[in-house]
Amino acid sequence: MEHVGLIPVIAFYLFATLTVAAGAITILARNPVHSVLWLIVAFFNAAGLMVLAGAEFIAMLLVIVYVGAVAVLFLFVVMMLDIDFAELRAGFIKNFPLGMVLAVVLLAELLMGVGAYQTGGLKLGTADGSAVAAAGATNIEAIGTLLYSKYLFLFEAAGIILLVAMIGAIVLTHRERGGVRGQNIAKQVARRPEDATVNMQPEVGKGVQL
Amino acid sequence: MIGIEHYVAVSSILFVLGVLGIFLNRKNVIIILMAIELILLAVNLNLVAFSSYLHDLTGQIFAMFVLTVAAGEAAIGLAILVIYFRDRGTIAVDDVNQMKG
Repeated sequence: MEHVGLIPVIAFYLFATLTVAAGAITILARNPVHSVLWLIVAFFNAAGLMVLAGAEFIAMLLVIVYVGAVAVLFLFVVMMLDIDFAELRAGFIKNFPLGMVLAVVLLAELLMGVGAYQTGGLKLGTADGSAVAAAGATNIEAIGTLLYSKYLFLFEAAGIILLVAMIGAIVLTHRERGGVRGQNIAKQVARRPEDATVNMQPEVGKGVQL
Repeated sequence: MIGIEHYVAVSSILFVLGVLGIFLNRKNVIIILMAIELILLAVNLNLVAFSSYLHDLTGQIFAMFVLTVAAGEAAIGLAILVIYFRDRGTIAVDDVNQMKG
């Protein structure tokens, strides 16, 4: 691998540390609002890691989709629901030992995989070269070219997934509320002048009977 | 020198934090959903790192689809949470047993 300066290394460790720390606080915070805010920090730093890896588009997508949409959605729901969060933390201490054991075992396994890879690595084949970025193309250009050619149908399927999710969320949460004076557009449109007005010629000094 | 191993280590830690979050906050479904988002973030980080390592953009495309599914999942999950709260007045999920046969 070619030589890189010290700055990317420092940036990597900064982003990596902050991502992991923010992720840890996300799951440990007492207040779910704090959890959401630390989740946002984690996403920002993960986006930084992705920029370092040369994937600007995915990094920006992460910031826009996660921070701009998903995290705000979480924040909205957390603040909208009136929940006693202290009661929900009751099982925290009870679950802690088992959770820690499981987490340590899982992490040891995953890092063991990395270590074993470093000692030699299996030859699991290489990339087939059909999705290599064209020379000189920016990251977004290369992804766009690939997305609208080789992965066109998958891209459209992703659009359908988002549509179904949107309709599903609306159908699930929509409710008819009684006692609300809504606008009845059909009734308004069907109203004619003869239903609403009368032409009268009252005698002088006499009013009209409505 | 930062190599692929460093990225895999970070995403492994993030993944494990997500799993731990599900275990520790078994009652609070909002935190569980956030922990799932952390897991998906770890997956995305891994995909992007390997995409960069192999000089193959497929990983980044796939990360985009994972992002799509994660956004849809968050929307549906939170919608279910809202109607559950409306119905029961709580979001303690460890006593969800209405569908017990």
